[in-house]
Amino acid sequence: MYPKPFRYHRARSIEEASRLLAELGEDARLLAGGQSLIPLMKFRLAAPEHLIDLNFLPDLDTLRESDDGLQIGALARHARIADSLGSPRWAILHDCASGIADAQVRNRGTLAGSVAEADPSGDWVPVLSTLEASLTVTGPAGERTLPLREAVLDAYTTALEPEEMIREVRISAPPAGSGGAFVAFKRTAQVYASASAAVHLELRDGVCSGVRIYLGCVGLTAVHAEEAEAQLKGRTPSGDGLERAAEAAAAAADPQPDMRGSREYKRMLVGCLVKEAVSRAARRAAGDTVRGGHLYG
Amino acid sequence: MADEIPRIEIEVEVNGRSYRREVEPRLLLVDFVRQELGLTGTHVGCESSYCGACTVLLNGASVKSCTMFAVQADGGRLETVEGLADGERLHPLQQAFSDCHGLQCGYCTPGLLMSARYLLSRNPDPDEEEIRKAIAGNLCRCTGYQNVIAAVRQAAATMRKEGAE
Repeated sequence: MYPKPFRYHRARSIEEASRLLAELGEDARLLAGGQSLIPLMKFRLAAPEHLIDLNFLPDLDTLRESDDGLQIGALARHARIADSLGSPRWAILHDCASGIADAQVRNRGTLAGSVAEADPSGDWVPVLSTLEASLTVTGPAGERTLPLREAVLDAYTTALEPEEMIREVRISAPPAGSGGAFVAFKRTAQVYASASAAVHLELRDGVCSGVRIYLGCVGLTAVHAEEAEAQLKGRTPSGDGLERAAEAAAAAADPQPDMRGSREYKRMLVGCLVKEAVSRAARRAAGDTVRGGHLYG
Repeated sequence: MADEIPRIEIEVEVNGRSYRREVEPRLLLVDFVRQELGLTGTHVGCESSYCGACTVLLNGASVKSCTMFAVQADGGRLETVEGLADGERLHPLQQAFSDCHGLQCGYCTPGLLMSARYLLSRNPDPDEEEIRKAIAGNLCRCTGYQNVIAAVRQAAATMRKEGAE
């Protein structure tokens, strides 16, 4: 299987990449990890006339951690994120990065590329939504900051202009006494999850003072489970409150039946995943070390 | 696009030897290795980034060579299954796959060997769960993986004893 012929441009600076993107217009695509784009091109579901390769750009494969938070460069690959972020503060990022596809794909695929693709089954958007991430976007007019919640508009659709690219993803440090967890259920390593749940909890005296819950694979974009959050706020993350939150999350999910399962099955799965993610996040918020990651079935 | 697509000159180090070629941009890395260099040990399986038969190491990291273009490997250091043995002497991983019957038809074996090599380069003493996770990107329809896992454990033990790479 071969892609249609294309012209190859190796960007040497982010300005050059941005200029090429503006010049070549909609016939051009950016090549970062390529783990979705290249298979799409081989299946001829995508046939760009120009590829702008970002992989030779210096200073984009970066991960900068400070007291304020984290800056993830456009070329930071899943494997690097999984290997580098050992601190409990970023446990939810480790959960996600360490379970995406398989080792080979994690060695190439990038977080920013996953966000830009906006696949409804992608793992990163729900996770980054709970952390209220924002994107630093570069274009011919310079840079702008785009909150993630305004960036992903629909399935495979972002608010980026055609000539814009993500330079980095920024995450503010979560407050002390908070914890997060991401749980995705997959049938096998290579496939997208059947459903996933990302949870961020802030605990005060054992009670949830802040809750953010986003669901993956069960809507055109990550589903913000606000009613589930309301069920937990002001309560302990356990017992009846957690049961009602799981039910509310299942009700908020709008899954499509496919080979990964029926609507009913996926709704039930969402409830289970939310319960597991809330429990892990709560233990982490309390200071426990909890091993996380994807579940396989 | 009526004009001819310009070919790109690339230089890649493969198993310690440097190669310079002019390639079409859409040439896949796996076909560069197999057809341009004649190194047919790396197999083409599913062509869709699932099976891992085409796994090679690029700058020390395992990648699926059917899901990369050869131009992306320019200036890089590639290791394929042909780079494992030292002359007639099998690499401990190859010896262990043979000893433990970690293969049957052998089609997936080059990819599994390279994934296992990547694992052991980072973790010289993996447990079973770590091995299973490390080879999750490699499909084998013969062995049921049990003997593959036994082979990786044996190779790890041999390599720790020998201080081998």
